[in-house]
Amino acid sequence: MINTLLIKNGTIFTHDKTIYNMDLLIENDKIAAIEANIIPGDNWPVIDATGLYIIPGLVDMHCDVCEPGYDYKEDYESAGESAINGGFTTITNNPNTDPVIDNKAIVEYVLTKSKKECPVNIYPYGSLTKGCAGNEIAEIGEMQIAGIVAVSDGDYPIQNPALMKTILNYCSMFDMPVILHCEDIALSNGHGVNDGLISTQLGLIGAPEVAETVALSRNILLAEAYNVHVHVCHVSTRRSLDLIRSAKRNGVKITAETSPQYFTMDESSILDFNSYGKVNPPLRTKEDVQAIIKGIGDGTIDVISSDHKPDTIDSKDVEFELASYGISSFETAFSLAYTKLVDSKVINMEQLVQKMSYKPAHILGLCKGRLCLDGVADLTIFDPNASFLVEARNFKSKANYSPYDGMILKGLVKYTIVGGKKYNANTDTIVFPTAAYDTDEFESNNHD
Amino acid sequence: MVFNNKHFLDLKSLSEQEIHYILNTAQQMKYTITSSKAAAVAPHLKGKTVATLFHQESSRSKLSYELAAYNLSAKVINLTTSRQFQSGESLKDIGRTVDQMGADFIVLRHPVAGGPHYLAKFVDASVINAGDGLNENPSQALIDLLTILEMKKIFKGLKVVMIGDIEHNRVAKSNIWGLTKLGAKVSIAAPPTLIPSRIEELGVEVYNSISEAIIDADVIMTMKIQSERQERNLLPSLNEYKKLYKLDVNRLEYAKEDVIVMHPGPINRGIEISSKVIDGDCSLIDRQQINGVAVRMALFHLLSKKSGVSYND
Repeated sequence: MINTLLIKNGTIFTHDKTIYNMDLLIENDKIAAIEANIIPGDNWPVIDATGLYIIPGLVDMHCDVCEPGYDYKEDYESAGESAINGGFTTITNNPNTDPVIDNKAIVEYVLTKSKKECPVNIYPYGSLTKGCAGNEIAEIGEMQIAGIVAVSDGDYPIQNPALMKTILNYCSMFDMPVILHCEDIALSNGHGVNDGLISTQLGLIGAPEVAETVALSRNILLAEAYNVHVHVCHVSTRRSLDLIRSAKRNGVKITAETSPQYFTMDESSILDFNSYGKVNPPLRTKEDVQAIIKGIGDGTIDVISSDHKPDTIDSKDVEFELASYGISSFETAFSLAYTKLVDSKVINMEQLVQKMSYKPAHILGLCKGRLCLDGVADLTIFDPNASFLVEARNFKSKANYSPYDGMILKGLVKYTIVGGKKYNANTDTIVFPTAAYDTDEFESNNHD
Repeated sequence: MVFNNKHFLDLKSLSEQEIHYILNTAQQMKYTITSSKAAAVAPHLKGKTVATLFHQESSRSKLSYELAAYNLSAKVINLTTSRQFQSGESLKDIGRTVDQMGADFIVLRHPVAGGPHYLAKFVDASVINAGDGLNENPSQALIDLLTILEMKKIFKGLKVVMIGDIEHNRVAKSNIWGLTKLGAKVSIAAPPTLIPSRIEELGVEVYNSISEAIIDADVIMTMKIQSERQERNLLPSLNEYKKLYKLDVNRLEYAKEDVIVMHPGPINRGIEISSKVIDGDCSLIDRQQINGVAVRMALFHLLSKKSGVSYND
C-alpha cells in the first residue's frame, strides 16, 4: 500500500532555485515526482497550494527540548507539536538536560524516546564536558557512534582556556561542528540586560558586549590554531560580526548563527521590566540589530535558528532580575524571519531557505534541507501573504507566552510534512485579509 | 488635579509638574507638623492601613514612613520580608496577602530592581517604592529636592554636583531623574568604575575630578561609599578614595559661597566627607530628616484617593 499525497500549484523554493506553479507528488516518505500538472488518481489526498510557498522542511540548530529531566518545561511531544506549527521538520536537542547528554546511554535514550513520541526528527547534541560543568571532557567519540550530530555545552560557556584548547584539539578528529555559546561569565555577570543606557535607566547591572566578544575572539583563535570547525550560536553584537567576518576571510573554519530576537528586538523592549524579553546574550542596541540584519544579508550569518528556550510561566512571572532566560520561539521564528527579512527585502526567499534549512542541515551533516526527486519528503508549506495574529496562549509549546504576543506577522505555516506525513499547522490562528495589514510593526518597506 | 497616580514607583516616570505638586503638598504637611505638636495628628488617612514591607531590618526610612502614617491617623502594620523570600515565597504572593488583608498602602523596599513595579500590577493597594535594588529610591530623592527648594527657592539653572558611588546608589539615580526634570544642571564626579553606562545621555555632566566638578556648585551631594565596592575591585582602597574624592574644606572653596552640602546618609565620616564639612554652616544633614516625614505624609495623602481594596464591587 502506497500512501500518496499530491501538492498542486505551489511555488517551490529551494536554497538555489525557484519554481513556479509546480505539482509535487509524495509517495510514502519520498518525493516521487516534481512535475507540472500531475493528474491526481482516485482518492488521492490533494493539497491545493495555489498562492502558497513550498520549501524544504526547516532545520533548527539551536533549541532546548528539555527532556530528559525538565519535561515540565517541554517534552518531546509538545516540542514536536510546537515545531510543526513553526514549520520545523528537524530539530536538535541541546545537551543541557538532566541528566546531561554526556554519555552514549543518554544519547540512546533520547533517540529511542523521541522517535516514539515526537512527530518531527530530533537529533541530539552531545556535551563537550561531563555534566556541562566545564571541567572534564565528555566521551565525545562514544556519543558520536551512538548518534549525536554535534557537540556543544548548550548555553554553558567553557571558561577555562586550557580546557577549551584541549577540547578543540581533541574534537579535530571528529567530523562534527563544535557549537559554542560565547560568553565570558566573569565579564557578563549581569541581569539579562545589555550594559548601556537601558540598564542605567532601569537600575540593573548590565552585561557588556565585551563579555561576548572577548570569549568569541578566544574561540576564533583556538579554532584557527587547531583547525577545527566551530559554530558560534546566537551572535548578538556588531563587533562579534566584525570578528566573524575577518575570521572567515582568514580561512578559519567558522560558521555563525543568530536568532530572531536579535534582529527583531532591541534592548528597549525590556523597558518596563518586561521579563519576556530576558534572553542570554541580552537584547542589544538598535545599532547592533541593524548590524545583525546586515550580517544576515551579506552572509556573515550562515544560519538562523529559533533559540527555542521554554520555561514555566512561574519562572518568568517574577521580578526581572529573578526571571529565567529565554523565549518560546519555535512558533514565531520562521514568521519573524520571513516578515523582517524577506518581506522587507533584506534577503530573498532562497536565502531564507538556505539559512533555516539547507545550511543547518549541511553543517550538521544531515541529509535534509533539500527538495529533490527521491529525497525525503520533509516539507514546509506556508502562506506568504497571510497576516496573522500571534496568540501565545494558543502555542503548542508548554511555554505558551511570548514577547511577540499580539503582534501581527506575515508568513503563516499551513502544513508541515515530516517524512511524507502531513500535519496541519496553526489551524486556529486568526488570519487577516491580505490588504488590511501591512505589518506596520516592523516598518516594512514593502508596499506592493 | 495635577497628581493622579495610583502608585508611586519612581521619579523617572513623573512629570515636572507632578514633582512640584508633591513638593508643594509636602511643604504644607511640614507646616502642620512643625507649627504645633498638638495639631500634628491630622485625620487624612483615618481608617486606612499602611503596610511596610522591607526586606531587611531597617532603618531610618521605615521609621519615617511609619511616623508619617501615624501623623495622618492611619494604622500601621509591618513585615520584614527576607524570611519569606528565604522560604521561597514570591513577592506576588506576599504582596497579595497583605493587599487582601486590607492594606491601602504597601511601602515596599525590595532587593531587586523593578520589584515595586511588578507588585503594582497585582494589588489594589497603592504601592510606594521605598527602594528597589540599584534602581531608585524616589521618596528619599524628594526629600533632597524639598531641602534644595527650601534653600534655593528655584531649580532652574542650579548647579548640583553629586560625588561618589552613583552606580550603586539608588537615591542618586532618583535625584538625577528628579533634578534633570526640574531644570537643574547635574554633574557627577566619581571614578569610572562607579559611574553607570552612558549616564551622560540622561543629561548629566560626568567628571572624574572632584575639584573640576565642584567649580561654581550651588548644591553638593556626597554619596556613601560602601566597603563592598573595594571587595569587588571597583576601588583599590578607601584611602585612595579619600585622597581623590573626599569633600573637605579646601575642595569646598571651588564652589559658590552660598553652597549647600547634603548627604542622604548613613555617613562615613572622614571618608566621603570630612567632619568639618558635615558639622559646618553649609551642611543640611539634620534638616533632611524632618523633611522625610513631611514628604511621606504628602505621598500618602496624594495617593489615598485611589488606594486600597474595595470589597463592595
